[in-house]
Amino acid sequence: MEQPSELLERFARGDLDAFESLFRQFQGDVFRWIVRIVCERGAAEDLTIETFWRIHRAHARFDPERNFAAWARRIATNTALDYLKVARREVELPEDLPDLRSSALGDPGVRQDVRERVGKAFGELPAKLRVTATLALIEEEPYQEIADALGISVGAVKLRVFRAVRLLRKQLKQLGVEP
Amino acid sequence: MNHQNDDDKIRQLLKQNIRPVNQELERDLWPHMLRRLEERPAAVPWFDWALAAVVVLSIILVPSTIPMLLYHL
Repeated sequence: MEQPSELLERFARGDLDAFESLFRQFQGDVFRWIVRIVCERGAAEDLTIETFWRIHRAHARFDPERNFAAWARRIATNTALDYLKVARREVELPEDLPDLRSSALGDPGVRQDVRERVGKAFGELPAKLRVTATLALIEEEPYQEIADALGISVGAVKLRVFRAVRLLRKQLKQLGVEP
Repeated sequence: MNHQNDDDKIRQLLKQNIRPVNQELERDLWPHMLRRLEERPAAVPWFDWALAAVVVLSIILVPSTIPMLLYHL
């Protein structure tokens, strides 16, 4: 959605009404982007507010000629990344894990077990790889959009996805899940 | 080719087990944002300012205290 440049200029000057208009216009987009990354609705709501808090503090640095949505998405990505670095997903699993083969996946108990193991393996990825893997593999966002949101090149995105898949394969194997 | 297959399997596994159910925002967050904006930033206690002033003054007036300060840091 295009924003009138007057609104962006007022926001850059610190006008609270302009900030409120932008908040109401973009809170849904920012929330959707963050919930895809952190996969928790409660945390995503808090992080949406944190993102707009950072946006508000940085208003003087915003160039009204720039695209507000892309700028907000970049800040949202960094906010979510900071959160993932601190909040590691804790899933306790027993020591002696039986192997899970795809033939047993019809059983709901086995499906829940697989879900927990995949969650654990994914949660153990470094935050930067997890964010990239979430956006590229689960959400299937275009690589160029991921690169813009993370502030890196498309090549770097591909490299992160490659490293994430390699690490995941290894982790899943250790947890007895054969993809 | 095999790697591509493996990647697709991992992609499927992640999609089935990680993806959140609902990605839509179901309430207006502006009231929470407003509360956050109205929070006062944490104030620095006056004695912290006084202590900082004493340290700066002692460095300027008596430079020989610098090693002692560094030792206690």
